[in-house]
Amino acid sequence: MNLLEALQVAFGGLLANRLRSSLTMLGILIGVAAVILLVAVGNGASVQINNQIQSLGANVIYVYPSNARGAGGVSQGFGTSQTLTQADADAINSRQQDPDVVAAIPIAQVGGQITYSNQNYFSLTYGTTTAFPQVRDYQIAEGTFFTDDDVAAQHRVVVLGQTVVDNLFGTQDPVGQTIKISRQTFRVIGVFAAKGGTGFGSQDNVVVAPITTVWAYLSGGRGKNVSQIVASASSASTVTKAESEITTILLQRHQVADPSQADFQLQSQQDILNQANSITTALTLVLGAIAGISLVVGGIGIMNIMLVTVTERTREIGIRKAIGARWRDVLGQFLIEAMVLSGLGGTLGIAVGAALAWAAPHVPAIASSTFPPPVVSVPSVLLAFGVSVGIGLFFGIYPANRAARLHPIEALRHE
Amino acid sequence: MIAIEKVTKTYFMGKVEVPALRGIDLHVERGEFVAVMGASGSGKSTLMNIIGCLDVPTSGRYLLDGTDVARLDDDQLASIRNKKIGFVFQSFNLIPRTTALHNVEMPLIYSGDPHRRERAVAALESVGLADRARHQPTELSGGQQQRAAIARALITNPAILLADEPTGNLDSASSVEIMKLLARLNQEEGRTIVLITHEHDIATFAKRVVQLRDGLILSDEHQAA
Repeated sequence: MNLLEALQVAFGGLLANRLRSSLTMLGILIGVAAVILLVAVGNGASVQINNQIQSLGANVIYVYPSNARGAGGVSQGFGTSQTLTQADADAINSRQQDPDVVAAIPIAQVGGQITYSNQNYFSLTYGTTTAFPQVRDYQIAEGTFFTDDDVAAQHRVVVLGQTVVDNLFGTQDPVGQTIKISRQTFRVIGVFAAKGGTGFGSQDNVVVAPITTVWAYLSGGRGKNVSQIVASASSASTVTKAESEITTILLQRHQVADPSQADFQLQSQQDILNQANSITTALTLVLGAIAGISLVVGGIGIMNIMLVTVTERTREIGIRKAIGARWRDVLGQFLIEAMVLSGLGGTLGIAVGAALAWAAPHVPAIASSTFPPPVVSVPSVLLAFGVSVGIGLFFGIYPANRAARLHPIEALRHE
Repeated sequence: MIAIEKVTKTYFMGKVEVPALRGIDLHVERGEFVAVMGASGSGKSTLMNIIGCLDVPTSGRYLLDGTDVARLDDDQLASIRNKKIGFVFQSFNLIPRTTALHNVEMPLIYSGDPHRRERAVAALESVGLADRARHQPTELSGGQQQRAAIARALITNPAILLADEPTGNLDSASSVEIMKLLARLNQEEGRTIVLITHEHDIATFAKRVVQLRDGLILSDEHQAA
């Protein structure tokens, strides 16, 4: 008996009991669809987070103050220190010891209530220098960015991100208007093009001003605080080299001999990506594993139905053996039946899961939320199909072997 | 064709030995039409199972068409059943929800015959059931089902046709029809037929009658046609 005939016999057996076959298949279908959909959701989150991290700017290295250690070596906690200065940023930006750095900017970050007319909104305000758009990869959509003169003269000018514009100005043109940040007056001279991305770390919810202006009007009593330095490496492949160059410069400037005692820390785009990826991978695995449980339940359903089928068709098995079916013919027949059940259920499950993943972003409630659009991955589809056929094989072997080992005389006598 | 020598068969029900056959010698030549008779418990079903290679004897020798089948394993027995034996059962034993044509060609599926469709059609024609080929067993009368079963038994061109109470579930008209068909197959095509029955008027269709009692042969007589 060749494979084609075996498949015909199996389909015949399944068609003879349409309702039962479809219900059994439904178990696998739901399991596979759940795996496909949930893995797609995990993937979608991963893709979205990756895109947002990428939108922070290419090849970017962040330098943060780190836990300063007191005389006794007591860590004082993140962010308590202000170890970075304008001079540090200048030294990195000079590129004398760090040829792989293209530009570096200091950032003084303050939060403040922003008002325009009767609108008010909260956003972070970054005080920085003129290389900000280059380093952080922002485009000017309207107006201009501030100049070195603005920085030198502490001009009260700001450039706004798209989210801030939307919330304060609606459809009005903000350029040339005056806004207040923490009750200080500033003139809007430009608007950034939207970088996209919602929710987590939106890059459009931002106000940028000359760092000297922020120090003079918004820092309160904190003086010339530099909350971070952002540097960009010449290319993705030089990021690691640039990182070690920056570390060398800062260790030297801060007179720290032991790198483990450094009062600053570096984080590259790649570091953030890696961290995010390890989180989203774990998320995807957990989601997949939860869905996998339903797949196992579906497999047990197949085993259950195959056992019933074998009992019910004992006489048929006896007839087949009497007219010459060998052990492997009967084993093959029931094994293929189980695998057709699970394989067909798996294929339909893939279709349903992929359709749901595709349809999800079109549901208004999901479209308007920050829920990431699911992304169906090809490996998950192949894996799901393989696993579903494998489940048929695994859960089909016991019932099929039971059928194949029946004694023909006893099977024929079965009523 | 069939050579059974000193065959015994003992079943074990727990620790109790139940002797079903206690030493049978039986030779059936090509082209014979033998009826095996006996009351229930006489061992005729056991004998049929052994002749049909569904079971192996406890002791003794059984040569079928020159092959000693007493010591074969399950798969070899399956192959012998497929090629050398055609079964006709009391309860027809067609596979449900499967057309007559598909039922008839089934033995050839297991032997892997590429021309099985044509042969199945021809076999159904030879039993006068060509117009019912696409019907399922439940759509056929008892006599028609038994004729389909005979077509299935004949399709592999077996050495013997083994009929176990073939008329047991049929009315008298259908019984006569089936017995005439078997007699014709024996006379015109020279089929070797072993018939198992407990009805005397059915046994009269055979040329030779073997009586069994308590696992032994009581009588073995040729009778006039």
